Order: sequence, then structure tokens, then C-alpha cells
Amino acid sequence: MSDQDFPNGKKDARAAGLSRRSVLLGGTALTASLFAPSFGNAQSFPTAEINTTGLAVTDDTVTIGILHSITGTMAISETGSVQAEKLAIDQINAMGGILGRKIEYIQEDGASDWPTFAEKAKKLLVNDKVASVMGCWTSASRKAVLPVFEQYNGFLYYPTFYEGLEQSPNVIYTGQEATQQIIAGIDWVTKTKGAKSFYLLGSDYIWPRTSNKIARKHIEKLGLKVVGEEYYPLGHTQFNSVINKIRLKKPDVIYAIVVGGSNVAFYKQLKAAGIDMTKEKPLLLTISVTEDEIRGIGGENIEGAYACMKYFQSLQNDNNLAFVKAFKEMWGEDMVIGDVTQAAYLGPWLWKAAVEKAGSFDVDKVRAASPGIELTTAPEGYVKVHENHHLWSKTRVGRAKADGQYEVVFETADLVEPDPFPEGYQ
Amino acid sequence: MFADYSSQELLAIFAMQGFAGLILFSVFVLMALGLAIIFGQMGVINMAHGEFMILGAYVTYMLSNFFEAYLPDLFGIYFFIAMICAFIASGALGLFVEWALIRHLYKRPLDTLLATWGLSLILQQIYRSVFGAREVGVTIPDWMMGSLPLTDMIEVPINGIFVMVLAVSISIAVYLMMFRSSWGKQVRAVVQNRVMAGAVGINTEWTDRLTFGIGCGVAGVAGSAFTMIGSTGPTAGQLYIVDTFLVVVFGGAASLLGTIASAFSISQAQSIMEFFLSGSMAKVLTLLTVVGILMIRPQGLFALKLRK
Repeated sequence: MSDQDFPNGKKDARAAGLSRRSVLLGGTALTASLFAPSFGNAQSFPTAEINTTGLAVTDDTVTIGILHSITGTMAISETGSVQAEKLAIDQINAMGGILGRKIEYIQEDGASDWPTFAEKAKKLLVNDKVASVMGCWTSASRKAVLPVFEQYNGFLYYPTFYEGLEQSPNVIYTGQEATQQIIAGIDWVTKTKGAKSFYLLGSDYIWPRTSNKIARKHIEKLGLKVVGEEYYPLGHTQFNSVINKIRLKKPDVIYAIVVGGSNVAFYKQLKAAGIDMTKEKPLLLTISVTEDEIRGIGGENIEGAYACMKYFQSLQNDNNLAFVKAFKEMWGEDMVIGDVTQAAYLGPWLWKAAVEKAGSFDVDKVRAASPGIELTTAPEGYVKVHENHHLWSKTRVGRAKADGQYEVVFETADLVEPDPFPEGYQ
Repeated sequence: MFADYSSQELLAIFAMQGFAGLILFSVFVLMALGLAIIFGQMGVINMAHGEFMILGAYVTYMLSNFFEAYLPDLFGIYFFIAMICAFIASGALGLFVEWALIRHLYKRPLDTLLATWGLSLILQQIYRSVFGAREVGVTIPDWMMGSLPLTDMIEVPINGIFVMVLAVSISIAVYLMMFRSSWGKQVRAVVQNRVMAGAVGINTEWTDRLTFGIGCGVAGVAGSAFTMIGSTGPTAGQLYIVDTFLVVVFGGAASLLGTIASAFSISQAQSIMEFFLSGSMAKVLTLLTVVGILMIRPQGLFALKLRK
């Protein structure tokens, strides 16, 4: 962007402030620049105008927060999100930043401890006055920071697929909520694989339980059978008994939402027990194993299983090819990218789009501008922010290969509408 | 719940369930033996036990990569070499930790709890810095994966059999060392009367160090074996620590036989209940039973009879 874009407006705008000036003048050039703005020039957006609430915005920088666990149990999962967010920030800065300001970030470590998350969130909002925060992974950490974000009016981009049943004015959920992820997968397995009976299995906490509740309701609505539903404590490592139970019940589909270290134990023991997932008898469908988890499980132990989520690293579209390439260049050739990592990558871009639409960093204006934001450059394809702060997105089914990648075998024709409060679950 | 099945199917399921219980028993024995030596014989509450196990797992991981890259012909048997290396690595770390940390705390046994807990955090962070926060995948030779079909219906996981054989051999080895070797005699003498043992010329310091080192080494072997059935990550050791202490305390701290008996009863109870109830409920009931029995019998199932 150069001076020619504001043939008569630049000086005026700097002198008197863009919005007031444009209202007063109503000049065509200025009006056009308001409605179809392109944002490369900090001077066209005086700091006092675009930041009326005292956020950490200077004439050439804007500061945001990154709040994930880089130590403790959850570091396994959250490292990828941090990497994706830093990549997005780098790329945005290389394009000239937001409203002419480079993004700087302050990274805090939630240390896999929920009170620490709340404390660090408060520090980011109150001391550092960050304009937005990319962060959290588990529902527990999000629930811990939620009151802080609502009290101090912060703005959080949350990347994980999760159970839904939440809609905060201070959070944009860039992962899928449960109904988006579950219903399309069950429809697919019913239609194309002729599945009639399901065995639901999960780790014992809110996400698997809510997800299985939604799954069970949908399965029963289709007139099919749930032959078993089981939960195991987080960190459980012995699954031989449940594997015997599954043999006894002979379901068509094992619907597994096991997480963390249990995940590895479950798939290794399943394979050792002689259940060959490539034969699909029974077929295994999961919503909790991304490419990240397969690294720990070992591709050969999960080959043939199906996963249902919105993103796989193997997606063949130009956005994704570029994203995967950039990610590997920045973080190393042996990196893998899972669903949540991609969702985390969307955070800074969605925020950029919202800020530019609002023409301001003020949280209230960014919030008002957020619904309807579209991203055509997302690695997963086109996404759009819904009124309820979740994303419209496609749901896909992938089949795990021995090399640890998924082969995409199905994708919904249209974007799936987010429905964080499905009927009957409140 | 069994009305719909033929007697043949039921027989097969009960047989496999029996194996599941035995495998769990072997896992518990492997986890607990190292701790039983350290906690039982020395009174040191080693909260870093899980991290010693994970060191063994990481050694296995490194060797699997090494063999895949440089000695692919020998890949089928690398696991045995890995277990020996795991024993040496964890044992050596154990010797060092005893020298640097534990020996200063023998007179304050409760403080060992805090010190070793700190040690476990330090080790976790070292693993995280060296190997990365993510879990690593250990490639297991093909012949160790899969199952052995005994009949049309009954299939037994090979890695389960492997763990069982390993648990039995290590138990026998530990038994021989404790009760048939001069080192074992010295250990038992030091446990029973440290001053007197020193007076008759036993090097008590060295005995302690070796005991701690062997306990840690056994933990390393267990960790190496568990790469077949579980995850290998910086915090994976935490998954085992509660069950391990449960088994050792329930068995009676100073008794190896008690440890084995307690591993057997807990594993059978848990695997039978898991079959008939849900997983979480089985765990709750197991813990309640153990707590109940410990309230009645605080010394555990088996206690050494000592003249006090």
C-alpha cells in the first residue's frame, strides 16, 4: 500500500482521525478506503483511534499472548499448537502485520495446571494488556481461564475439538464442537460400511462422556444398537478385559475416544490381541487420534483404523500443501500436523481478519466483527465464523496408514453448522 | 448377560479373561519388584520409581532406532539387548542417585519421599528436553506383536506371554539374589540390624548402594518391557507409580512373597471386575477393598516377623 491509495486522504486522516474525518467529508476516496480497506500502513490507523481501551498497541506493534502448556503432561499435545500459532504470526508479520502493526507475542506456560492457566491469563490481560490470546487445550484449562477472560474482557482463540455446551462472548472456538465431529462420522460408517452395532469406549472425563452421549443418541435415532459403553480412568494402561468384552459383544464398530497415554496402551493391546483393524471386523472409528498421537502409538499399531475430524495433514489442496511445507521448514522435516495444530494455526488469521473488518483492536469491536468472518486460505479449506463463535467447517474421515498419515476417504459435501447446544444435553 | 452365548464361546471368553488377569498380574509384579527391593528392604520411599522405568523405555527406544538404522539383520532380537542395557542404565543412575542424594537421608526416611519426588520432576523435565515433549513410538519386532491362536476362539497375545515369562524369570532371579547369594544375606543383615552388620565387617554403605541400584535396574527392565503395551513419554512413569505403591504396600512392605501375592490378588480382582462392571467402577471397588483391608491389617498381607 502506498500513498496513491489515499490520494487526498492520508494527511487528513493522520491529522484528524480517519473515521471522524470520513464522516465529515464523505469523500469518495475515503469512503472507499473504509469499505474496501487494505491494511499495510500504520499511519492510516492512528493508535488512539484503533485502541481506545488501553491495549498493548503501539504505532508499529501489537502484542498478543500465547498461553499453552509447554511443561507437564499436556506439553505432548500443546507443543504443536504453539508451533502453529508462531508460524501464523510470522507469516502475518511477513505480510506487513495487522493494521500496519507487527504482531509481538508474550508466551506464558500453563504448565498443565489449571489454576496456573487462570493466573497466567490474568497476567496477560491485566499486566501485559494483550490484544488477544491464542491458547488452552484441555476443556479444564479453558474452563479455568473463562471467568478471567470474561471479567477483564479478553479475547481467546481456543483450538481444540471439544464437547461443546459452551459459548462465551470472549472466546472463538476454532476446533469443532462435538456434534460437528460425531454425527457426520456415524452417518458415514452406517451408510458406506453398513454398521449396525456400536461399542462406545472412552477415557473417563467430560469430553468422551458428552461425545458418547451425542453419539448414542444419534445411533439410536438411526435405529441402530449400542451394545456397550465403557469409561476408563485417565492414564489407564490395561485394556485386555475390555478387549475380551468387545470380542464377546461382536460390535460392527468400536467407537473409541481414549486419550493420552491410555491411547497408546489401548491400540498396542488391541493389535496384540489379534484384532486386525485393516480387516474392519470390527471396524474402529475414533475422534481422538490425530497424526500427533499416532507418533506415540506407532503407525503399524493403528493401521486400518478410521478417524473422524475436520483436518488431516494429507489433505490435497493448495492451502494445505503450502501450510505443511511452511510448517516443516520452520519446525523440522519430521514434524506431523494434527487437527488441533491446524485449528491453532487459524487463530491468528481469524483474529487478523476480524481486526481488519472492525478497523480496531478493541475487543468489543473485534467481537462484533467476528461472526461472518471468512477464511479462504485455511489449510482445511474454507471456514466461516458462526454467530455462536464456532466455525462452519467440513468433517472428514481418514483411514490410518502404517506411515502414520491418514488417507482421506470421505468429506462432507457442505460445511457443517456448529451446534454447541444440541437439544437434550443441557 | 451370558444367555445369548454358546458354552463354547463362554469357555473361550473365560479362558482369555484368565489370561488377561495373568498378564495384568505379570505387569504388576514387574512394576513392583524394583520398588519392593528399595522400599521394602531399605525403607526409602522412591517416588521416582516410574521415571527409572521410563529411562529403561527410552533406552529401548534409542536401541530400536539404532538397530533399525545400523543392524537391521539383528532387529528381531534387539529387544533382549535393550532390556540388558535398560538394566545397566537405570541401575547406574540408581547408584549415582544413591550416592548423591539418598545416602544423606537414611536417618530421615520421610524426607526421601520429598527428595525423590523432586528427583522425579527433574528427570521428567530432562526427558522432555532431550527426547521432546511428545510420546515416542518404539518399534517392536514383528514376531513379538500379534497373537497366538490356541483354538479357533482362544487367542493369546504374544507380548502378554513375553511379559509373563519375564515376570517369572525376574522374580526367580531376585529371589535367588536375596535368599541364596551372599549379597542377599548382607542386605537382609543390614535391614535387620545395621550397626551389628557393620560390626561383623559388612560394608553397609556399599550394600545400600547396590540394593538401590539393583532395584532401579529392575525398574528399568520393567520399563523396557512395557514399551510393548504402553506409552513412552516424559510423564508416562506417573501412570504406574500409584499402582506400584498400592501393590507393595498392600503386600507388606518388607516381603517379596507379599508383593507377589498382592499383585496376584489385586490384578485378578481388577480384571474380573472390569469384565463385569465398567472400567472406572472396577478401579473404585479395587481401591476401596485395598483400603478396607489395610485398615484392618495395616502391615499388609505378609509382614516380616521381627523381634522388636
